[in-house]
Amino acid sequence: MKFLRQFAARIVGQSIRIFARAITAVRADWKGIEPVPRQRVYFANHTSNADMPMIWSVLPPAMRRTVRPVAAADYWLKNKLRAFVGPEVFNCVLVDRRPEVKDRPMDKIIAALDEGSSLIIFPEGNRNMTDDPLLPFKAGLYNMGLARPDVDLVPTWVANLTEIMPKGEVIPLPLICTVTFGEPIHVREGESKDDFLKRASEALLAQRPEART
Amino acid sequence: MNSTTADILLLAFGSFGILIALTILGEILRARQPVHEPNPMLDTYMTRVQSWWGMVAFIGAALLLGKPGVMTLFAFASFAALREILTLTAKAQADHLALAMAFFVVLPLQYIFVGLGWTGLFTVFIPVYAFLFLPMVSALRGDPQRFLVRVAETQWALMIAVFCVSHVPALMSLDIAGYGDRSLLLIAFLVMVVQLGDLLDFFFGRRIGKHKIAPGLSPKTWEGMICGVVSAMVFGALLAWITPFGVIGAALMAGASSLVGMFGNLVVTAIKRDRGVKDWSHLIPGQGGFVDQLDSVIFAAPIFYQLTKFFYT
Repeated sequence: MKFLRQFAARIVGQSIRIFARAITAVRADWKGIEPVPRQRVYFANHTSNADMPMIWSVLPPAMRRTVRPVAAADYWLKNKLRAFVGPEVFNCVLVDRRPEVKDRPMDKIIAALDEGSSLIIFPEGNRNMTDDPLLPFKAGLYNMGLARPDVDLVPTWVANLTEIMPKGEVIPLPLICTVTFGEPIHVREGESKDDFLKRASEALLAQRPEART
Repeated sequence: MNSTTADILLLAFGSFGILIALTILGEILRARQPVHEPNPMLDTYMTRVQSWWGMVAFIGAALLLGKPGVMTLFAFASFAALREILTLTAKAQADHLALAMAFFVVLPLQYIFVGLGWTGLFTVFIPVYAFLFLPMVSALRGDPQRFLVRVAETQWALMIAVFCVSHVPALMSLDIAGYGDRSLLLIAFLVMVVQLGDLLDFFFGRRIGKHKIAPGLSPKTWEGMICGVVSAMVFGALLAWITPFGVIGAALMAGASSLVGMFGNLVVTAIKRDRGVKDWSHLIPGQGGFVDQLDSVIFAAPIFYQLTKFFYT
Protein backbone atom coordinates (compact mmCIF):
# COMPACT_ATOMS: atom_id res chain seq x y z
CA MET A 1 0.00 0.00 0.00
CA LYS A 2 2.77 2.39 0.93
CA PHE A 3 4.59 1.48 -2.25
CA LEU A 4 1.45 2.08 -4.30
CA ARG A 5 0.96 5.52 -2.73
CA GLN A 6 4.56 6.45 -3.49
CA PHE A 7 4.15 5.28 -7.05
CA ALA A 8 0.94 7.27 -7.42
CA ALA A 9 2.66 10.32 -5.94
CA ARG A 10 5.41 10.10 -8.54
CA ILE A 11 2.90 9.77 -11.38
CA VAL A 12 0.91 12.76 -10.13
CA GLY A 13 4.12 14.77 -9.71
CA GLN A 14 5.24 14.05 -13.26
CA SER A 15 1.77 14.91 -14.60
CA ILE A 16 1.80 18.26 -12.81
CA ARG A 17 5.23 19.01 -14.22
CA ILE A 18 4.27 18.05 -17.78
CA PHE A 19 1.02 20.04 -17.52
CA ALA A 20 2.89 23.11 -16.28
CA ARG A 21 5.39 22.80 -19.13
CA ALA A 22 2.75 22.26 -21.80
CA ILE A 23 0.51 25.15 -20.76
CA THR A 24 2.95 27.82 -19.62
CA ALA A 25 6.20 26.59 -21.18
CA VAL A 26 7.55 27.39 -17.72
CA ARG A 27 11.29 27.86 -17.72
CA ALA A 28 14.02 28.64 -15.23
CA ASP A 29 16.38 31.58 -15.51
CA TRP A 30 19.43 30.72 -13.38
CA LYS A 31 20.62 34.29 -13.02
CA GLY A 32 22.42 34.16 -9.68
CA ILE A 33 22.93 30.46 -8.94
CA GLU A 34 23.78 27.27 -10.75
CA PRO A 35 21.26 24.42 -10.87
CA VAL A 36 23.34 22.22 -8.57
CA PRO A 37 22.17 20.30 -5.51
CA ARG A 38 23.13 22.57 -2.60
CA GLN A 39 21.10 23.23 0.47
CA ARG A 40 19.06 26.34 -0.20
CA VAL A 41 15.97 28.18 0.89
CA TYR A 42 14.16 29.50 -2.17
CA PHE A 43 12.06 32.47 -1.09
CA ALA A 44 9.51 33.58 -3.64
CA ASN A 45 6.73 36.02 -4.39
CA HIS A 46 3.26 34.60 -3.93
CA THR A 47 0.40 35.68 -6.18
CA SER A 48 -1.30 32.41 -7.00
CA ASN A 49 -1.67 28.85 -5.82
CA ALA A 50 0.32 27.79 -8.86
CA ASP A 51 3.52 29.53 -7.67
CA MET A 52 4.85 26.58 -5.74
CA PRO A 53 4.18 23.93 -8.43
CA MET A 54 5.87 26.25 -10.97
CA ILE A 55 9.08 26.54 -8.95
CA TRP A 56 8.94 22.82 -8.22
CA SER A 57 8.51 22.01 -11.93
CA VAL A 58 11.56 23.92 -13.14
CA LEU A 59 13.97 22.35 -10.65
CA PRO A 60 16.06 19.52 -12.15
CA PRO A 61 15.10 16.04 -10.83
CA ALA A 62 17.97 15.73 -8.34
CA MET A 63 17.06 19.06 -6.76
CA ARG A 64 13.34 18.37 -6.85
CA ARG A 65 13.84 15.25 -4.74
CA THR A 66 15.49 17.18 -1.92
CA VAL A 67 13.29 20.29 -1.93
CA ARG A 68 10.38 20.69 0.49
CA PRO A 69 7.88 23.53 0.08
CA VAL A 70 6.77 25.09 3.36
CA ALA A 71 2.99 25.31 3.19
CA ALA A 72 -0.05 25.99 5.32
CA ALA A 73 -1.53 22.93 6.99
CA ASP A 74 -5.06 24.38 6.94
CA TYR A 75 -4.92 24.55 3.13
CA TRP A 76 -3.28 21.20 2.42
CA LEU A 77 -5.23 19.12 4.91
CA LYS A 78 -8.65 20.43 3.90
CA ASN A 79 -9.61 17.28 1.98
CA LYS A 80 -8.20 13.87 1.10
CA LEU A 81 -6.93 14.85 -2.33
CA ARG A 82 -4.99 17.83 -0.99
CA ALA A 83 -3.72 15.74 1.92
CA PHE A 84 -2.27 13.37 -0.67
CA VAL A 85 -0.86 15.99 -3.06
CA GLY A 86 0.64 18.35 -0.47
CA PRO A 87 2.53 16.01 1.85
CA GLU A 88 3.17 13.11 -0.55
CA VAL A 89 3.61 14.57 -4.04
CA PHE A 90 5.35 17.81 -3.08
CA ASN A 91 6.68 16.51 0.24
CA CYS A 92 5.54 19.75 1.92
CA VAL A 93 6.60 20.85 5.38
CA LEU A 94 3.15 21.62 6.75
CA VAL A 95 3.00 24.39 9.29
CA ASP A 96 0.05 25.52 11.32
CA ARG A 97 -0.46 29.27 11.15
CA ARG A 98 -2.99 29.47 13.97
CA PRO A 99 -1.47 31.22 16.99
CA GLU A 100 -3.22 28.99 19.53
CA VAL A 101 -1.41 25.88 18.34
CA LYS A 102 1.56 24.86 20.47
CA ASP A 103 3.53 23.17 17.73
CA ARG A 104 5.73 26.03 16.48
CA PRO A 105 6.25 26.34 12.71
CA MET A 106 9.88 27.38 13.04
CA ASP A 107 10.79 24.13 14.85
CA LYS A 108 9.47 22.09 11.96
CA ILE A 109 11.30 24.25 9.43
CA ILE A 110 14.61 24.01 11.30
CA ALA A 111 14.14 20.25 11.62
CA ALA A 112 13.64 19.97 7.85
CA LEU A 113 16.80 22.03 7.26
CA ASP A 114 18.75 19.81 9.66
CA GLU A 115 17.65 16.77 7.63
CA GLY A 116 19.46 18.38 4.70
CA SER A 117 16.37 19.39 2.75
CA SER A 118 16.14 22.56 0.70
CA LEU A 119 12.99 24.62 1.22
CA ILE A 120 10.61 26.75 -0.83
CA ILE A 121 9.00 29.49 1.24
CA PHE A 122 6.74 32.44 0.58
CA PRO A 123 7.88 35.08 3.07
CA GLU A 124 4.89 37.34 2.41
CA GLY A 125 2.90 34.79 4.39
CA ASN A 126 -0.21 35.11 2.26
CA ARG A 127 -1.09 35.42 -1.38
CA ASN A 128 -0.53 38.95 -2.61
CA MET A 129 -3.83 40.26 -3.99
CA THR A 130 -2.77 43.91 -4.08
CA ASP A 131 -1.25 45.97 -6.87
CA ASP A 132 2.04 46.24 -4.97
CA PRO A 133 4.64 43.80 -6.26
CA LEU A 134 5.40 42.45 -2.76
CA LEU A 135 3.79 42.52 0.67
CA PRO A 136 6.02 43.13 3.73
CA PHE A 137 7.94 39.96 4.65
CA LYS A 138 7.23 38.00 7.82
CA ALA A 139 10.05 37.26 10.23
CA GLY A 140 10.39 33.56 9.31
CA LEU A 141 13.04 34.09 6.66
CA TYR A 142 15.18 36.08 9.08
CA ASN A 143 14.86 33.45 11.79
CA MET A 144 15.89 30.69 9.40
CA GLY A 145 18.87 32.68 8.17
CA LEU A 146 19.88 33.39 11.75
CA ALA A 147 19.49 29.81 12.98
CA ARG A 148 21.23 28.14 10.01
CA PRO A 149 23.61 30.76 8.57
CA ASP A 150 25.29 28.33 6.13
CA VAL A 151 22.15 27.81 4.09
CA ASP A 152 21.88 29.96 0.95
CA LEU A 153 18.75 32.10 0.84
CA VAL A 154 17.86 32.38 -2.85
CA PRO A 155 15.46 35.08 -4.09
CA THR A 156 13.09 33.43 -6.59
CA TRP A 157 10.73 35.49 -8.74
CA VAL A 158 7.78 33.82 -10.46
CA ALA A 159 6.63 36.02 -13.37
CA ASN A 160 3.35 36.26 -15.29
CA LEU A 161 1.24 33.96 -13.16
CA THR A 162 -1.24 36.73 -12.35
CA GLU A 163 -1.93 37.06 -16.05
CA ILE A 164 -2.05 33.32 -16.67
CA MET A 165 -4.67 32.77 -13.99
CA PRO A 166 -6.07 35.98 -12.46
CA LYS A 167 -8.16 35.57 -9.35
CA GLY A 168 -11.70 34.56 -10.18
CA GLU A 169 -10.99 33.22 -13.66
CA VAL A 170 -11.56 29.59 -14.60
CA ILE A 171 -9.55 29.01 -17.79
CA PRO A 172 -5.77 29.41 -17.52
CA LEU A 173 -4.15 31.35 -20.37
CA PRO A 174 -1.18 29.54 -21.90
CA LEU A 175 1.31 32.39 -21.51
CA ILE A 176 5.01 31.85 -20.83
CA CYS A 177 5.91 31.76 -17.13
CA THR A 178 9.49 32.42 -16.06
CA VAL A 179 11.05 31.52 -12.72
CA THR A 180 14.16 33.62 -12.02
CA PHE A 181 16.69 32.55 -9.40
CA GLY A 182 18.87 35.36 -8.07
CA GLU A 183 22.12 35.51 -6.12
CA PRO A 184 21.85 34.01 -2.63
CA ILE A 185 21.83 36.25 0.43
CA HIS A 186 22.69 35.58 4.10
CA VAL A 187 21.93 37.33 7.37
CA ARG A 188 24.93 39.57 8.09
CA GLU A 189 26.50 39.73 11.49
CA GLY A 190 24.65 42.11 13.72
CA GLU A 191 22.03 42.85 11.06
CA SER A 192 18.63 43.70 12.51
CA LYS A 193 15.51 41.85 11.50
CA ASP A 194 14.01 44.83 9.70
CA ASP A 195 17.21 45.63 7.79
CA PHE A 196 17.56 42.05 6.66
CA LEU A 197 13.93 41.70 5.60
CA LYS A 198 14.17 44.94 3.67
CA ARG A 199 17.32 43.72 1.92
CA ALA A 200 15.71 40.35 1.16
CA SER A 201 12.67 42.06 -0.30
CA GLU A 202 14.86 44.26 -2.50
CA ALA A 203 16.87 41.23 -3.63
CA LEU A 204 13.65 39.51 -4.67
CA LEU A 205 12.28 42.56 -6.50
CA ALA A 206 15.57 42.80 -8.42
CA GLN A 207 14.80 39.43 -10.06
CA ARG A 208 11.70 40.75 -11.79
CA PRO A 209 12.06 40.56 -15.57
CA GLU A 210 12.30 44.11 -16.97
CA ALA A 211 9.05 45.95 -16.63
CA ARG A 212 7.19 46.24 -19.91
CA THR A 213 4.49 48.68 -20.80
CA MET B 1 5.53 5.36 -53.65
CA ASN B 2 3.97 8.13 -55.71
CA SER B 3 5.90 10.93 -57.33
CA THR B 4 5.04 13.51 -54.66
CA THR B 5 6.48 11.31 -51.91
CA ALA B 6 9.54 10.62 -54.02
CA ASP B 7 10.07 14.35 -54.53
CA ILE B 8 9.68 15.09 -50.81
CA LEU B 9 12.25 12.42 -49.99
CA LEU B 10 14.58 13.80 -52.64
CA LEU B 11 14.25 17.33 -51.19
CA ALA B 12 14.75 16.03 -47.66
CA PHE B 13 17.91 14.16 -48.64
CA GLY B 14 19.10 17.16 -50.60
CA SER B 15 18.57 19.36 -47.51
CA PHE B 16 20.33 16.81 -45.31
CA GLY B 17 23.23 16.88 -47.78
CA ILE B 18 23.47 20.67 -47.51
CA LEU B 19 23.22 20.45 -43.71
CA ILE B 20 25.94 17.81 -43.52
CA ALA B 21 28.19 20.11 -45.60
CA LEU B 22 27.35 23.09 -43.34
CA THR B 23 27.95 21.02 -40.19
CA ILE B 24 31.30 19.72 -41.44
CA LEU B 25 32.32 23.28 -42.39
CA GLY B 26 31.47 24.45 -38.87
CA GLU B 27 33.34 21.56 -37.25
CA ILE B 28 36.43 22.27 -39.36
CA LEU B 29 36.33 25.95 -38.36
CA ARG B 30 35.91 24.91 -34.73
CA ALA B 31 38.82 22.47 -34.89
CA ARG B 32 41.05 25.23 -36.26
CA GLN B 33 39.93 27.57 -33.52
CA PRO B 34 42.25 27.76 -30.47
CA VAL B 35 40.40 26.21 -27.52
CA HIS B 36 40.68 29.20 -25.22
CA GLU B 37 39.49 31.85 -27.66
CA PRO B 38 35.73 32.03 -27.70
CA ASN B 39 34.16 32.74 -31.07
CA PRO B 40 30.56 33.92 -30.72
CA MET B 41 30.06 34.12 -34.52
CA LEU B 42 30.94 30.45 -34.90
CA ASP B 43 28.74 29.45 -31.97
CA THR B 44 25.79 31.34 -33.44
CA TYR B 45 26.37 29.66 -36.77
CA MET B 46 26.54 26.20 -35.18
CA THR B 47 23.37 26.60 -33.11
CA ARG B 48 21.63 27.90 -36.23
CA VAL B 49 22.71 24.86 -38.24
CA GLN B 50 21.54 22.60 -35.40
CA SER B 51 18.10 24.16 -35.37
CA TRP B 52 17.89 23.71 -39.16
CA TRP B 53 18.50 20.00 -38.68
CA GLY B 54 15.48 19.96 -36.42
CA MET B 55 13.42 22.02 -38.85
CA VAL B 56 14.21 19.84 -41.85
CA ALA B 57 13.45 16.72 -39.82
CA PHE B 58 10.12 18.09 -38.52
CA ILE B 59 8.87 19.62 -41.77
CA GLY B 60 10.11 16.63 -43.79
CA ALA B 61 8.32 14.17 -41.50
CA ALA B 62 5.15 16.28 -41.54
CA LEU B 63 5.16 16.47 -45.35
CA LEU B 64 5.64 12.69 -45.61
CA LEU B 65 2.68 12.15 -43.28
CA GLY B 66 0.68 14.32 -45.66
CA LYS B 67 -2.13 16.68 -44.76
CA PRO B 68 -2.72 15.57 -41.12
CA GLY B 69 0.99 15.85 -40.37
CA VAL B 70 1.29 19.33 -41.85
CA MET B 71 -1.88 20.58 -40.16
CA THR B 72 -0.72 19.32 -36.75
CA LEU B 73 2.77 20.77 -37.11
CA PHE B 74 1.60 24.24 -38.08
CA ALA B 75 -1.28 24.31 -35.59
CA PHE B 76 1.29 23.64 -32.90
CA ALA B 77 3.60 26.29 -34.36
CA SER B 78 0.71 28.79 -34.26
CA PHE B 79 0.00 27.92 -30.64
CA ALA B 80 3.63 28.40 -29.66
CA ALA B 81 3.90 31.65 -31.62
CA LEU B 82 0.67 33.05 -30.16
CA ARG B 83 1.88 32.17 -26.67
CA GLU B 84 5.18 33.93 -27.29
CA ILE B 85 3.57 37.11 -28.61
CA LEU B 86 0.69 37.36 -26.12
CA THR B 87 3.13 36.94 -23.23
CA LEU B 88 4.57 40.32 -24.22
CA THR B 89 1.45 42.26 -25.24
CA ALA B 90 -0.64 44.66 -23.16
CA LYS B 91 -3.57 43.03 -21.45
CA ALA B 92 -5.88 43.46 -18.48
CA GLN B 93 -7.97 41.03 -16.54
CA ALA B 94 -10.97 42.23 -18.57
CA ASP B 95 -9.36 40.60 -21.62
CA HIS B 96 -9.00 37.21 -19.98
CA LEU B 97 -11.96 35.57 -21.70
CA ALA B 98 -11.16 37.16 -25.06
CA LEU B 99 -7.56 35.91 -24.85
CA ALA B 100 -8.66 32.44 -23.79
CA MET B 101 -10.97 32.40 -26.82
CA ALA B 102 -8.09 33.43 -29.06
CA PHE B 103 -6.17 30.35 -27.91
CA PHE B 104 -8.92 27.80 -27.54
CA VAL B 105 -11.56 28.87 -30.08
CA VAL B 106 -10.13 31.10 -32.81
CA LEU B 107 -6.92 29.11 -33.33
CA PRO B 108 -8.54 25.65 -33.59
CA LEU B 109 -11.38 26.96 -35.79
CA GLN B 110 -8.93 28.62 -38.19
CA TYR B 111 -7.08 25.32 -38.61
CA ILE B 112 -10.33 23.38 -39.02
CA PHE B 113 -11.40 25.77 -41.79
CA VAL B 114 -7.99 25.45 -43.45
CA GLY B 115 -8.16 21.67 -43.12
CA LEU B 116 -11.61 21.58 -44.70
CA GLY B 117 -10.35 23.83 -47.48
CA TRP B 118 -13.06 26.45 -46.91
CA THR B 119 -11.14 29.21 -48.69
CA GLY B 120 -13.97 31.73 -48.46
CA LEU B 121 -13.99 31.41 -44.68
CA PHE B 122 -10.40 30.97 -43.51
CA THR B 123 -9.16 34.01 -45.44
CA VAL B 124 -11.64 36.27 -43.61
CA PHE B 125 -12.34 34.44 -40.35
CA ILE B 126 -9.66 36.21 -38.30
CA PRO B 127 -9.66 39.70 -39.87
CA VAL B 128 -13.47 39.91 -39.92
CA TYR B 129 -15.06 37.67 -37.33
CA ALA B 130 -12.33 37.39 -34.68
CA PHE B 131 -11.31 41.06 -34.94
CA LEU B 132 -14.89 42.28 -34.49
CA PHE B 133 -16.02 39.70 -31.96
CA LEU B 134 -13.11 39.52 -29.48
CA PRO B 135 -13.19 43.27 -28.62
CA MET B 136 -16.90 42.85 -27.85
CA VAL B 137 -16.02 40.15 -25.34
CA SER B 138 -13.41 42.45 -23.75
CA ALA B 139 -15.77 45.45 -23.74
CA LEU B 140 -18.46 43.51 -21.91
CA ARG B 141 -16.18 43.35 -18.87
CA GLY B 142 -16.16 47.14 -18.82
CA ASP B 143 -12.55 48.21 -18.35
CA PRO B 144 -11.81 51.12 -20.72
CA GLN B 145 -8.24 51.68 -19.58
CA ARG B 146 -5.87 51.39 -22.58
CA PHE B 147 -8.63 49.53 -24.41
CA LEU B 148 -7.42 50.36 -27.91
CA VAL B 149 -3.85 49.30 -27.11
CA ARG B 150 -5.02 46.01 -25.62
CA VAL B 151 -7.32 45.20 -28.53
CA ALA B 152 -4.82 46.26 -31.19
CA GLU B 153 -1.98 44.23 -29.71
CA THR B 154 -4.12 41.12 -29.37
CA GLN B 155 -5.22 41.49 -32.99
CA TRP B 156 -1.64 41.80 -34.21
CA ALA B 157 -0.75 38.67 -32.29
CA LEU B 158 -3.59 36.74 -33.96
CA MET B 159 -2.67 38.16 -37.37
CA ILE B 160 0.97 37.08 -37.15
CA ALA B 161 0.72 33.88 -35.16
CA VAL B 162 -2.50 32.36 -36.48
CA PHE B 163 -3.61 34.04 -39.72
CA CYS B 164 -0.17 34.21 -41.34
CA VAL B 165 1.14 30.87 -40.07
CA SER B 166 -2.02 29.05 -41.17
CA HIS B 167 -1.41 30.19 -44.73
CA VAL B 168 1.48 27.72 -44.96
CA PRO B 169 -0.77 24.64 -44.66
CA ALA B 170 -3.44 26.54 -46.62
CA LEU B 171 -1.21 26.08 -49.67
CA MET B 172 -2.41 22.46 -49.71
CA SER B 173 -5.95 23.57 -50.42
CA LEU B 174 -5.02 25.39 -53.65
CA ASP B 175 -6.54 23.74 -56.68
CA ILE B 176 -4.00 24.23 -59.45
CA ALA B 177 -4.82 22.75 -62.86
CA GLY B 178 -2.53 19.84 -63.76
CA TYR B 179 -0.73 19.98 -60.39
CA GLY B 180 -2.94 17.48 -58.59
CA ASP B 181 -1.92 16.45 -55.07
CA ARG B 182 1.52 17.97 -55.44
CA SER B 183 0.55 21.20 -53.66
CA LEU B 184 2.32 19.80 -50.57
CA LEU B 185 5.53 20.59 -52.40
CA LEU B 186 4.65 24.31 -52.44
CA ILE B 187 5.24 24.28 -48.67
CA ALA B 188 8.72 22.85 -49.14
CA PHE B 189 9.36 25.41 -51.90
CA LEU B 190 8.26 28.39 -49.78
CA VAL B 191 10.18 27.39 -46.65
CA MET B 192 13.35 26.51 -48.55
CA VAL B 193 13.64 29.62 -50.74
CA VAL B 194 12.83 32.00 -47.86
CA GLN B 195 15.26 30.35 -45.44
CA LEU B 196 18.04 30.18 -48.03
CA GLY B 197 17.48 33.83 -48.91
CA ASP B 198 17.80 34.71 -45.21
CA LEU B 199 20.99 32.69 -44.82
CA LEU B 200 22.67 34.37 -47.78
CA ASP B 201 21.38 37.80 -46.73
CA PHE B 202 23.12 37.20 -43.39
CA PHE B 203 26.29 35.90 -45.07
CA PHE B 204 26.65 38.65 -47.70
CA GLY B 205 25.53 41.30 -45.23
CA ARG B 206 28.52 40.38 -43.05
CA ARG B 207 30.88 40.20 -46.02
CA ILE B 208 30.03 43.17 -48.23
CA GLY B 209 27.20 44.97 -46.43
CA LYS B 210 27.67 48.74 -46.09
CA HIS B 211 24.35 50.58 -46.30
CA LYS B 212 21.96 49.76 -43.50
CA ILE B 213 18.29 49.51 -44.39
CA ALA B 214 16.99 50.61 -41.03
CA PRO B 215 19.85 51.98 -38.92
CA GLY B 216 19.15 51.78 -35.21
CA LEU B 217 16.89 48.80 -35.72
CA SER B 218 18.64 46.01 -37.51
CA PRO B 219 22.08 45.23 -38.95
CA LYS B 220 20.43 44.27 -42.26
CA THR B 221 22.02 45.96 -45.27
CA TRP B 222 20.80 46.68 -48.81
CA GLU B 223 23.75 44.74 -50.23
CA GLY B 224 22.92 41.67 -48.13
CA MET B 225 19.26 41.89 -48.96
CA ILE B 226 19.82 42.18 -52.73
CA CYS B 227 22.22 39.22 -52.69
CA GLY B 228 19.77 37.24 -50.54
CA VAL B 229 16.80 37.91 -52.83
CA VAL B 230 18.81 37.16 -55.98
CA SER B 231 20.05 33.89 -54.43
CA ALA B 232 16.48 32.99 -53.51
CA MET B 233 15.44 33.64 -57.13
CA VAL B 234 18.22 31.43 -58.50
CA PHE B 235 17.39 28.71 -55.99
CA GLY B 236 13.68 29.08 -56.82
CA ALA B 237 14.43 28.62 -60.51
CA LEU B 238 16.44 25.48 -59.69
CA LEU B 239 13.45 24.17 -57.75
CA ALA B 240 11.01 25.03 -60.58
CA TRP B 241 10.45 21.30 -61.23
CA ILE B 242 8.48 20.89 -57.99
CA THR B 243 6.23 23.91 -58.72
CA PRO B 244 3.53 24.67 -61.28
CA PHE B 245 5.14 28.07 -61.98
CA GLY B 246 7.68 27.32 -64.72
CA VAL B 247 11.29 28.47 -64.41
CA ILE B 248 10.75 32.24 -64.67
CA GLY B 249 7.58 32.11 -62.59
CA ALA B 250 9.35 30.12 -59.87
CA ALA B 251 12.19 32.64 -59.76
CA LEU B 252 9.75 35.56 -59.45
CA MET B 253 7.65 33.84 -56.79
CA ALA B 254 10.80 32.98 -54.82
CA GLY B 255 12.08 36.55 -55.11
CA ALA B 256 8.77 38.05 -53.99
CA SER B 257 8.50 35.69 -50.99
CA SER B 258 12.08 36.27 -49.95
CA LEU B 259 11.70 40.06 -50.19
CA VAL B 260 8.47 40.10 -48.15
CA GLY B 261 10.09 37.77 -45.63
CA MET B 262 13.08 40.06 -45.13
CA PHE B 263 10.95 43.13 -44.51
CA GLY B 264 8.76 40.99 -42.26
CA ASN B 265 11.86 40.21 -40.25
CA LEU B 266 12.39 43.97 -39.81
CA VAL B 267 8.83 44.35 -38.51
CA VAL B 268 9.34 41.55 -36.02
CA THR B 269 12.65 43.07 -34.90
CA ALA B 270 10.91 46.43 -34.35
CA ILE B 271 8.25 44.77 -32.17
CA LYS B 272 10.93 42.99 -30.13
CA ARG B 273 12.90 46.23 -29.68
CA ASP B 274 9.76 48.02 -28.58
CA ARG B 275 9.21 45.39 -25.88
CA GLY B 276 12.89 45.37 -24.93
CA VAL B 277 13.49 41.69 -25.56
CA LYS B 278 16.10 40.00 -27.70
CA ASP B 279 14.16 36.84 -28.42
CA TRP B 280 10.48 35.96 -28.22
CA SER B 281 11.10 33.06 -25.87
CA HIS B 282 13.60 30.35 -25.07
CA LEU B 283 11.78 27.43 -26.59
CA ILE B 284 14.59 26.45 -28.95
CA PRO B 285 17.91 26.55 -27.07
CA GLY B 286 20.16 29.30 -28.39
CA GLN B 287 17.62 30.24 -31.02
CA GLY B 288 14.83 32.00 -29.18
CA GLY B 289 11.29 30.99 -29.99
CA PHE B 290 9.20 29.96 -32.96
CA VAL B 291 8.63 33.52 -34.11
CA ASP B 292 12.39 34.22 -34.12
CA GLN B 293 12.99 31.14 -36.17
CA LEU B 294 10.23 31.53 -38.72
CA ASP B 295 9.52 35.28 -38.87
CA SER B 296 10.26 35.65 -42.57
CA VAL B 297 8.31 32.54 -43.56
CA ILE B 298 5.37 33.77 -41.46
CA PHE B 299 5.20 37.08 -43.35
CA ALA B 300 5.85 35.52 -46.74
CA ALA B 301 3.16 32.83 -46.42
CA PRO B 302 -0.04 34.87 -47.03
CA ILE B 303 1.57 36.80 -49.90
CA PHE B 304 2.85 33.60 -51.49
CA TYR B 305 -0.59 32.05 -51.05
CA GLN B 306 -2.43 35.01 -52.59
CA LEU B 307 -0.02 35.37 -55.52
CA THR B 308 -0.29 31.66 -56.30
CA LYS B 309 -4.06 31.80 -56.05
CA PHE B 310 -4.28 34.88 -58.26
CA PHE B 311 -1.92 33.80 -61.02
CA TYR B 312 -2.15 30.00 -61.07
CA THR B 313 -5.66 28.87 -60.20
